[in-house]
Amino acid sequence: MHLTLPELIQHLMNGLTLGAIYALIALGYTMVYGILKFINFAHGDILMVGTYAGLYTYTAIQGANVGPWSLVIFFVAIIVAMAASGALGFVVERVAYRPLRRAPRLAPLLSAIGVSIILMNTAAFVFGTKSKDFPYPFDNKPAIIGGVAITPHQILILVVALVMMIGLKLFIDRSRLGKAMRATSLDMDVARLMGINVDSIISLTFVIGSALAAVAGVLIALEYTVYPTMGATAGLKAFIAAVVGGIGDISGAMLGGILLGVLETFGVAVLGIPVGLKDTIAFSILIIILLVKPSGLLGRAEREKV
Amino acid sequence: MIYFVLLLVIYIGIFAILSLSLNIVTGYTGLLSLCQAAFYAIGAYTSAIMLTRTHVNFWWVLLLSGLVAALAGVLIGLPTLRLKGDYLAIATLGFGEITRNVLLNWDSLTRGPLGISGIPPVRVFGIVLDPLQKVHYVIFVWAFVLITYFVLRRIMRSRVGRALEAIREDEVAAYAMGINITKFKVFAFGLSAFFGGIAGTLWTVYNQSVNPSTFDFLLSVMILCMVVLGGMGNHLAVILGAVLIEVAGELPRLLGFSSLVPPQFKQILFGLILVVMMIYRPQGLLGRRVPKSKYVAAGGPSVGGTDGSHTGDLS
Repeated sequence: MHLTLPELIQHLMNGLTLGAIYALIALGYTMVYGILKFINFAHGDILMVGTYAGLYTYTAIQGANVGPWSLVIFFVAIIVAMAASGALGFVVERVAYRPLRRAPRLAPLLSAIGVSIILMNTAAFVFGTKSKDFPYPFDNKPAIIGGVAITPHQILILVVALVMMIGLKLFIDRSRLGKAMRATSLDMDVARLMGINVDSIISLTFVIGSALAAVAGVLIALEYTVYPTMGATAGLKAFIAAVVGGIGDISGAMLGGILLGVLETFGVAVLGIPVGLKDTIAFSILIIILLVKPSGLLGRAEREKV
Repeated sequence: MIYFVLLLVIYIGIFAILSLSLNIVTGYTGLLSLCQAAFYAIGAYTSAIMLTRTHVNFWWVLLLSGLVAALAGVLIGLPTLRLKGDYLAIATLGFGEITRNVLLNWDSLTRGPLGISGIPPVRVFGIVLDPLQKVHYVIFVWAFVLITYFVLRRIMRSRVGRALEAIREDEVAAYAMGINITKFKVFAFGLSAFFGGIAGTLWTVYNQSVNPSTFDFLLSVMILCMVVLGGMGNHLAVILGAVLIEVAGELPRLLGFSSLVPPQFKQILFGLILVVMMIYRPQGLLGRRVPKSKYVAAGGPSVGGTDGSHTGDLS
């Protein structure tokens, strides 16, 4: 196996962009898990609905041709997608999860699987099962720098993901609401005693997580098109990323996402794993991590209370 | 029409076995498993490969496909020693997807996306099962439903069954009572997978072809739906669940207005069933079977587990 340096950087670059997408989606899983100790199975499907909203906004205003205002309209589409996903995340939490907050842990998980199936199939009914192209808002011609091809799309992904992640990190670490979120995730009951409105903090968590996922959805849609099951695949990978990094940990989700993206790209491009088995890489990593260090790379092991 | 009803009865039988088998792991032991379709697939493929490539007696094929599935069940059961609740659910989901990916990509054995077709009809007690003779299949499949029901009922009312229920109610307490948690959890997975594999063989024999696209995640969810709808930890209830879900899913076709109903109707219905049942009736339609024991005071045990309000606490 001989890799030249440019090839290595090329694969690293491809893996990094894929990983940034995983990381953005993984944040939603990890934030919800951090507070409610529950996997929001419908997260990927909420992403899918947001992406459709973004796609329809973009094509309605812009059409398929690239014009001088395309990038601006594209960002408007992203904001619409974020709003749609955020609203949907809010509603889903209210309707399907809130009544089950005191129920045994199996109940919300099953409910979430139900929501996921409803969203996926309703989307297939409303939007059709055919995948739709999301046109690039710019000329996606790669620039060759030192033998490494970098597309404007990759740069866009990295910049947007970076801005979102830094923004989220600052929000959680510095703002009052972020502090309330951290308190709620530490101990919901004590947080309530301290005057924090736990219900609105949980709603806020769902809204932020869903909005971030919508951004990731629109960004991948440019390359992989939009279809009703897009959320299931992307969501599953992102969830694995969240577990690998240590679910419940924000930095863990970022690390896990990027690690998974890089490993997947290298597995196919360097180790020669058939593309058909690409998804198997992620699942194998998941099962290995769960066996070796179930709390994830950055997660702290939870002591079991008897 | 009668042809279609018989077809439905055959499907219900196969799904009844699948939901009975999932009920062991999810209903009785309280472990959420999302890979019943994988065991079903392994059973179906094992028998398909044996029936097309060898001339082994059908009963050996049946037994072996059950055993191969059980082996897979033990393999996925081993991680459950360390995983709890949602983590386990995701690990099983991952296992299900890996199985489907392997079936899709192992061309030399499974013929990849094409699947295996042209499986010869089998001879059972001197009768050749012909797909056109639906009545034979109905008797054949439902005989297995009965066998599965009685075998599992016996096992669940034995010491083993009580140990599994103890693990669901309180793992730490069960451990303190001297129950080998690891051994019983792995056993539960193996047993569940064995009957899942048997169901797979029945499917292969009936359908005479297998295709990897049959065994997707949604199938696992559908089986889970049957268990949840009927009532976790209750054999008869999950059979009822299988009947209701299959009939509900095929109702438009049964009543002859399938052209008016979108194909997504069935899946949306499953999703709604899961959400609504969890919020309004988590114990399922029939609820958990309350053991009538002289050691338990009237009104059920005080632990609050078997009164039906409990859906397998995994915390």
